[in-house]
Amino acid sequence: MSGALLSVEDVAVDLPTPRGNLRAVDHVDLVVGAGKTLGIVGESGCGKTMLSRAILQLLPKKAKLSGRVMFDGQDLPALSAEKLRKLRGRSLAVVFQDPMTSLNPVLTIGTQLTETMQEHLELDLANARQRAIELLAAVGIPAPEQRLSQYPHQLSGGMRQRVAIAVALSCEPKLLIADEPTTALDVTIQAQILDLLAREQQRRHMAMIIITHDLGVVAGRTDEVAVMYAGRVVERAPTPSLFKQMRMPYTEALLAALPKLDAAPHTPLPAISGRPPDPTRPLKGCSFSPRCRYSAGRCGTEKPHLSAAEAPDHLYACFHPIAAGANA
Amino acid sequence: MLFFVARRLLYLVPVLIAVSVLTFVIASLLPGDLAYVILGDQATPENVAALRHDMGLDLPIWQRYFGWLWQILQGDFGRSFRTGQTVLQAVGERVPVSFELMLFAELIGLAIGVPLAIACAAKAGSAFDRLMTGSAFGMLSVPTFLSAILLIYLFAVELRWLPATGYVPFTEDPVANLRFMVLPALTLALAEWPGIMRVLRSDMIAALQEDYIALAKAKGLKPSRILFVHALKPSSLTLVTITGINIGRLIGGTVIVETIFALPGIGRLLVGAIYTRDLIILQGVVLLVAAGFVIMNFIVDMLYAVLDPRIRHGHA
Repeated sequence: MSGALLSVEDVAVDLPTPRGNLRAVDHVDLVVGAGKTLGIVGESGCGKTMLSRAILQLLPKKAKLSGRVMFDGQDLPALSAEKLRKLRGRSLAVVFQDPMTSLNPVLTIGTQLTETMQEHLELDLANARQRAIELLAAVGIPAPEQRLSQYPHQLSGGMRQRVAIAVALSCEPKLLIADEPTTALDVTIQAQILDLLAREQQRRHMAMIIITHDLGVVAGRTDEVAVMYAGRVVERAPTPSLFKQMRMPYTEALLAALPKLDAAPHTPLPAISGRPPDPTRPLKGCSFSPRCRYSAGRCGTEKPHLSAAEAPDHLYACFHPIAAGANA
Repeated sequence: MLFFVARRLLYLVPVLIAVSVLTFVIASLLPGDLAYVILGDQATPENVAALRHDMGLDLPIWQRYFGWLWQILQGDFGRSFRTGQTVLQAVGERVPVSFELMLFAELIGLAIGVPLAIACAAKAGSAFDRLMTGSAFGMLSVPTFLSAILLIYLFAVELRWLPATGYVPFTEDPVANLRFMVLPALTLALAEWPGIMRVLRSDMIAALQEDYIALAKAKGLKPSRILFVHALKPSSLTLVTITGINIGRLIGGTVIVETIFALPGIGRLLVGAIYTRDLIILQGVVLLVAAGFVIMNFIVDMLYAVLDPRIRHGHA
């Protein structure tokens, strides 16, 4: 696809464990166009964070990566450490899940903001500080000038995540990866942070990947959604068509597991029964088949491929997709 | 911050009182009556009783303690009955020697230990790391009297670069003073660096696993900045602790090293006081050394606050 900013091609990540090889990411293909937003959704342990670390080249030392990660015309795994360093923080930025641990506790907010700009934009300290104040104001932090001399522990969780976002935005990146940016925060703060990300993305025309376990997070805020299960992408579609017509039973189960505000009191939440398969013991058939209510026939013996059927941009990996119109 | 300092200073008072009680009680428990020591074995019981009364030794122990404490609070630590020197004079003469030795030993120890720790943490698990961790462990088990003798043999006897023993005050001849100090300081440093290196190495390895280091990498910072700013600063608290403890320990002098290298430091003053049963000197010196140790710990507490803002703001 031309015009793609990031294309993840056949990426697999293997982690050696005492119990044997763990395939955390299993041959994933993804594309993010410039200025577009991709949501990656899946439950804990599905490989979504490992995939983001693979894109950022921040995998644990022992992990083995295969496939290509093309970003802005360069294959990231093949880059030298120095070239990668010039790219990271400059055109490829990240916001981690937990702002309590992702900011350095012994450095001031000002230092953590200005160091990136001094490194990549060759600003002097005075200009970097000026820009840091503007950035803090842009991410909605009151009294930004005073914050520069404060330390992370003097700020609330939501404020810290705003600081982390300001750090990520500081060099006007082309792609921002937000790895569960709201999971560690209060519910009331979550929407504010997501709206902030969406607003800044539009203002800066940057591409964004939002990683989450919450389909509700990606619903109104992404152009495309990829649903991951057991290391693989099992359904990928433009956001409107996914929510209009989801084909993969796992996606449907994920949506059904969301608590609904209009549900009657004491309604049991339709959780997905069972647990994800052990990633060190790959299944022969579809990974979701042991938990799937539509599972039948070859589901247990043969792996379905991710492919398009009716619409060319709606891909899913299922032998028994949910019939068209069933969940519209 | 001012409140923090004041509170920590207030904590020092009960500690120093406890130290003075312990020092006094231990000195009182030593066998042998001071009056006998002074008068010698030819003394008549009448003379002894008279001297005991003059020195207040016939009073109950708590009265003697408060009398002693009252004198100390007025700045009078007592006087040696042998040399006639006051405790403060004796200590004042010896402290510069022990202090200089301590300073050099710590500087050399840190100069060896810190860079090695950083290098090992950056390449944890490598052959270099394993070699250095092993050497540190080996050095830790070499007693100072052995390394002192080996260093004297190598640098004084074989190479003849440095004098083996002796001391010249810095104010008289700085170069000669430094030449006399190198070997004893090196001896102590050889025992100091393994502890420094092992503690800092393991703290840095832990810090390098943190999320904020992953973010620092994702920000595209230079590896040197990640190592020296983002990882070293949060890892340096334990390093400051053990350096403080080392310094506190070395303020009291090091009996073995001062004896081997014939340095007139606090350690030899103490040993001499014990041999000659000079209880006044002993008592006074132990109290001053203990006070020095306590104050060093106070300084370490202050350094924590400088290094870690969370302690400064009372969050940790």
